[in-house]
Amino acid sequence: MTVEKKAGARKPAPLRKPRAAKVAAPKKPTWDISDIDTWGPDRHELGATIIEAGNSVYNETGGWRSEVPEIDREKCDGCMLCYFYCPDASIIIEDGKAVGIDLEHCKGCGICAKECPTDAIVMKNDEKE
Amino acid sequence: MATIDTEILAVTGNEAAAEAMGQIDPDVVCAYPITPQTEVVQLYAQMVADGKVSSEFVTVESEHSAMSAVIGSAAGGARTMTATSSQGYALMWEVLYVAASYRLPIVMTTVNRALSGPINIHCDHSDTMGGRDAGWIQLYGENHQEAYDNCIQAVRIGEHVDVRLPVTHMYDGYVISGAIGPLQMLTKEQVQAFIGPYHATNPMLDTKHPVTVGPFDGLHGWYFEHKVSQNRAMDRALTVIQDVADEYAEISGRHYGLLDPYRLDDAEIAIVVVGSTAGTTRMAVDKLRAQGVKAGMVRVRVFRPFPHEAYAKALEHIKVVGVMDRADSFGAQGGPVFLEVRAALYDSEPRPQILPFIYGLGGRDIFPDNIEQAFAVLQKAAQSKKRTSTERRYLNLRAD
Repeated sequence: MTVEKKAGARKPAPLRKPRAAKVAAPKKPTWDISDIDTWGPDRHELGATIIEAGNSVYNETGGWRSEVPEIDREKCDGCMLCYFYCPDASIIIEDGKAVGIDLEHCKGCGICAKECPTDAIVMKNDEKE
Repeated sequence: MATIDTEILAVTGNEAAAEAMGQIDPDVVCAYPITPQTEVVQLYAQMVADGKVSSEFVTVESEHSAMSAVIGSAAGGARTMTATSSQGYALMWEVLYVAASYRLPIVMTTVNRALSGPINIHCDHSDTMGGRDAGWIQLYGENHQEAYDNCIQAVRIGEHVDVRLPVTHMYDGYVISGAIGPLQMLTKEQVQAFIGPYHATNPMLDTKHPVTVGPFDGLHGWYFEHKVSQNRAMDRALTVIQDVADEYAEISGRHYGLLDPYRLDDAEIAIVVVGSTAGTTRMAVDKLRAQGVKAGMVRVRVFRPFPHEAYAKALEHIKVVGVMDRADSFGAQGGPVFLEVRAALYDSEPRPQILPFIYGLGGRDIFPDNIEQAFAVLQKAAQSKKRTSTERRYLNLRAD
């Protein structure tokens, strides 16, 4: 077994740039739970089972945020570490670069800013009216 | 209605339950042995080893794991069974609630045994009575035949689309589990035709329709609505239990109801009792009847859901009802069955007197004399103009 030498490699080498990856916001599921707040005991799935994948997009966690990531698109080299590390899949990628944040779901945890090797993402106070 | 003549076998209660499991031949059995249930698991493991059943048999390291494993299996979409007793049932406790709230129709044989301490391996009902609010349907059997019949019916009850709840059926440790008694069996083909195939709701192994089972209910979730849904299923189970029993009677010739009355129609005093002691109580009733005393009895078959309307109807004409509990509810007004029966009769006019008796804890013997003593208390209360105290009366308690 060979061990790859990593001496001096402070920052991870940029990943192979994806081919013009476009990662749009996730699709809303077809299982319509938009009025779930009004559901009575007989309308829920048996045993609280969730019968369709991906419906956590309905759970808008953006309101938990006190800081918001700000992207400097000039500094972004497209390594996409922010995209892989983001626990809420909130980094919007266009043409292989981070271009924006899904603010309905970004909790402002700051992991993207911490992981960004080119300091293209910094956390700013999320000023709300 | 056909009466079915089949060979009468001499078996232990555990053999009866294991034979029922073998004929049900569930997809998965996950179990851990505990006295006095061990024989059930051992016999079933032998059937698996001998290729007599096609079940996947999962040995686990504890009852907590056993119940967790059957939940996983049932959530996967498999027809799943297990068996336990006493401390094992207690160790399953937190997961029992999960099984019920996930609406998984698991069937469990519970052989009733006392809970520690002091450590005691003998029969009483404190194990399953303690779990009466876990959301499981509870069927209490009286004898070997019911250890078999209830097990088969439990499958149909739990899996019914109006119910979808786990079911435990019980019989008394040692008195039934280890003693030899008569059993008439159906054929495996009859049992298979009766239970039919199982169609799980939203099974996890249906990979074309991925689901999440057991999610966090959220910070402002629907826990309350789900609990109400569970209780509605319990209410509907009463009808289903009777329908399944009626259908079972057609193939077996054996009739079961929500409760089991004996010489009750013209009775003035009556005893309500659970499990194997019903046999002894019938003897006492017959003896008193021969002496001209209008005594009767109700045996509890279905305890969860509790058929309170059926109890009110069966007992409202009785002057004094004695309820014999083989488990106590410490600090309550009486044992668990007493509390239910008394509540069921609250709206009756005139309202019968209901008196609590505790007996048989930790396997203490219950003799015909003890039951006659209880009837004597009821008789005296029936003749008295004053209402009789509802303090607990203990049968066959040692006193110096």
